[in-house]
Amino acid sequence: MIQNIPLSYFLVISTFMFFIGIYGFLTRRNLITMLMSIELILNSVNINFVAFNRYLYPQQLQGHFFMLIVIAVAAAEAAVAIAIIINIYRNFKSIDVENVDEMKY
Amino acid sequence: MVNEVMFYLLGAMILTFSVLTVTTRRILRAAVYLLFVLISTAGLYFMLSYNFLAAVQLTVYAGGIVVLIIFSILLTSHLSERAVMAPLKQSLLSALATLAGATLTLMTILRFAFVPNAGVDPQLNITDVGNSLVSYNRDGYALPFEVISVLLLASMIGAIVVAKKERKLKE
Repeated sequence: MIQNIPLSYFLVISTFMFFIGIYGFLTRRNLITMLMSIELILNSVNINFVAFNRYLYPQQLQGHFFMLIVIAVAAAEAAVAIAIIINIYRNFKSIDVENVDEMKY
Repeated sequence: MVNEVMFYLLGAMILTFSVLTVTTRRILRAAVYLLFVLISTAGLYFMLSYNFLAAVQLTVYAGGIVVLIIFSILLTSHLSERAVMAPLKQSLLSALATLAGATLTLMTILRFAFVPNAGVDPQLNITDVGNSLVSYNRDGYALPFEVISVLLLASMIGAIVVAKKERKLKE
């Protein structure tokens, strides 16, 4: 743990980051920037896991492996999402959510 | 003293660049701001003396995912293009909702008294992490490791199949 820095400071940072990500997800209209907001949200959750592991249970490794799994899932999700986005761009010539309004191939 | 200054600096960088990521109208700049957020987060992990996690964060997140995002931005939009934002009413309502959620969460967090486990200060080395990643004993994580490997394989095949060009259906 860091000297003179309590656990709640980490939680405050990650809370703000989480809700900034949600704000971006609600206001963005471009699929890639929405994906970037999701990355912000996942990253804030990672900060929580690591800080809890370090401050409350420093002799165990649960937070470590949760964070590694979240990163792997985020990487898989980014790869699949970008493949879908490129396919959408090929069909609609746009990746704004306003223009992609039919679920038809 | 140095630790506190570093912590506040990293926290300020994280918050500033997060806000810039979701508010800038240029998509490529948003990706670069996201890169700064991820690098500052890796700095936080270094300060917690979790070197392995910081290295993973730098290589996979900052190195892999951001490059993937930048590639897809370059494939799907023109550099001069400005992102369309939501109408003013909707962004105001979203800001209100997120502010309410943040206040609620912060009130809950700051009221709870976390008792840090101050006695133990283990010097964690990468060998321990690796051993427990492949061990199937009580504190082993071999099963999630295998599940993640299958998931990565499936998503890799899925991404290739989805993004592949189909020539026959076009005609």
